[in-house]
Amino acid sequence: MNTRQLAKIAKRVGFWALIVLIMVYAVFPFYYAVVTSLKPSSDLFRVELWPSNWNFDNYISIFSQTSFLRAIFNSIVVAFSVVFIALLLGITASYALGRVRFRGRSTVLLVILGVSMFPQVAVLSGLFEVIRALNLYNNPAGLILSYTIFTLPFTVWVLTTFMKQLPMELEEAAIMDGATPWITITKVFLPLMWPAMATTGLLAFIAAWNEFLFALTFTLTDDQRTVPVAIALLSGGSAYELPWGPIMAASVVVTVPLVVLVIIFQRRIVSGLTAGAVKG
Amino acid sequence: MASVTLNKVNKLFGRDHIINDIDLHIGDGEFVVFVGPSGCGKSTLLRLIAGLESISDGDLCIDETVVNDLPPRERGVGMVFQSYALYPHMTVYDNMAFGLKLAKATKETVHERVMATAKILQLEELLHRKPKALSGGQRQRVAMGRAMAREPRILLFDEPLSNLDASLRVQMRNEIARLHNRLGSTMIYVTHDQVEAMTLADKIVVLNGGHVEQVGSPHELYQRPATKFVAGFIGSPTMNFMPAELLAGDANGCRVRAAGIGELALPQNAQQRQSGEALTLGIRPEHLCLAAPTDDNCFDIVNVEYLGNEVYVYLEPKQGDTLLIHRSEAPSQWREGQQVSLAADWEKVHLFDENGAALMLSTQQAAA
Ligand SMILES: Nc1ncnc2c1ncn2[C@@H]1O[C@H](COP(=O)(O)OP(=O)(O)OP(=O)(O)O)[C@@H](O)[C@H]1O
Ligand SMILES: [Mg+2]
Repeated sequence: MNTRQLAKIAKRVGFWALIVLIMVYAVFPFYYAVVTSLKPSSDLFRVELWPSNWNFDNYISIFSQTSFLRAIFNSIVVAFSVVFIALLLGITASYALGRVRFRGRSTVLLVILGVSMFPQVAVLSGLFEVIRALNLYNNPAGLILSYTIFTLPFTVWVLTTFMKQLPMELEEAAIMDGATPWITITKVFLPLMWPAMATTGLLAFIAAWNEFLFALTFTLTDDQRTVPVAIALLSGGSAYELPWGPIMAASVVVTVPLVVLVIIFQRRIVSGLTAGAVKG
Repeated sequence: MASVTLNKVNKLFGRDHIINDIDLHIGDGEFVVFVGPSGCGKSTLLRLIAGLESISDGDLCIDETVVNDLPPRERGVGMVFQSYALYPHMTVYDNMAFGLKLAKATKETVHERVMATAKILQLEELLHRKPKALSGGQRQRVAMGRAMAREPRILLFDEPLSNLDASLRVQMRNEIARLHNRLGSTMIYVTHDQVEAMTLADKIVVLNGGHVEQVGSPHELYQRPATKFVAGFIGSPTMNFMPAELLAGDANGCRVRAAGIGELALPQNAQQRQSGEALTLGIRPEHLCLAAPTDDNCFDIVNVEYLGNEVYVYLEPKQGDTLLIHRSEAPSQWREGQQVSLAADWEKVHLFDENGAALMLSTQQAAA
């Protein structure tokens, strides 16, 4: 074996070692959550990488709490509404910004990008007043409103970039066929924009599903809460005990749908994310 | 079927005056071709007629109606785009049916129209395919089918063949010509390929810098170009131009001295012209004749191109550097390096003044 071959093997080994390292780094916390959720509370702090006996008590306990089920329902309603509204507004706005020539178009685009840079805390109090004024306090609709505000800039920006790349002649062909802008959007552009919509929709969904700060601030009672807040507020046997087992079980339960969604849409996401970079 | 009339039509993009006072009449059922160099406004003029751009000033009439403010769908025009612009997610059938469905035609009518169009364009086998599964020529036909399906009164084509390779282009050119004979609808066709223009057109409109240089049949444009621009644009290889000086002339003809050739008697009407005026002599390559050289008429043959059926001989004048081209049937007796004298079929040459306008034929000649 000469040095060339050796170097080649070393390179391969190094490459795979790096991949394993990245995998462990990315997946280990989640894996440990799964392991913890399967342990009875007595074993909780014994470090082991593989649970010695499987125990589903934690899962049973969280699913027997109606407030947790209610929170899951709220989260589903909020996340899907946010995705729906953001995509609807995003598509129509991106048509205007990507296709209609009007004065101040690039200013609008820059403002949109600028808005998306504010941290949540900065707008928290202002938004709180808005929500109170609209009488949406302690109501999932208030969350839908605030999440949409934060999701829209990104959605509009990505969809506009995508829309700009669709050939102009395609739209003109639709115009010659007698299509109104609305028909052009729904019948011609929408079917071509699925990858971009899957990407932005999924990111909006994840953001809405995991959001904590607004959800904590804008809701008061158990039956209006979403999952992240409900998990944080899970109470243990006594005021001095954090119920790690149920918290981990709940986290696993609410993360699984996201993982499933990402796996389903992964191809589309990749093509959606690269679509902006290279012209297909 | 319809006629189109443009009345002092203008188009400005911001401050750029792209289309300048165009007057044009296109008769019912005519095949009209817009030609001109790149950027002269052919596409813009076509898009004004289609309704994809708004007219800045002037009137556009289809039949007797002013349509300046009508949207494309109400003008009864169909358009074939250079990139075809087929809807990528729809089958060939749906591509052709889209416009009909939007026009709220009944299911039976849609089916009937699509099938009839597919039959004319031989697309029946392909109706269930998506555009990406079609060859260039097939896509081209689908694009025409989509424009035709709604039975527009006027069909517009913007360089429809420029994405095809040479042999397919000839074939599609033929199909378009046959389609026009068959449908009899008014067609307006944009190209910068003069062969397409000559072969397809009933009437050619030569555009230059946003205005019309000349309108006429292919025959008229070839025989009697009104300007030096048209003379240089129509005909392949392009017309030879050489400087000349007017010696004397009246309504019946004139005498000029052409550089390197000598004194010539030409049939052009030179009334109202000053003797000594600088002119340009234009001779088509096929009208040049070569003979043995003389002392004051002597050109070098710098290159001979053999094309199978014909031969191009490139000549270099003693003064000046623009090469002249002589075209004749193969085989040719001329070889590179030889010297020759130039003559021409003097009845068929052209004279242009300093502004590029052609001198008319004398009255006798025009009558003959
Ligand atoms: N939307 C527009 N805004 C500004 N200028 C334009 C616009 N469309 C066309 N032009 C200008 O108008 C002129 C004519 O363009 P047009 O597309 O009609 O040329 P063309 O004759 O079709 O050329 P080609 O043979 O290259 O297609 C060009 O100088 C072009 O830059
Ligand atoms: Mg053009």
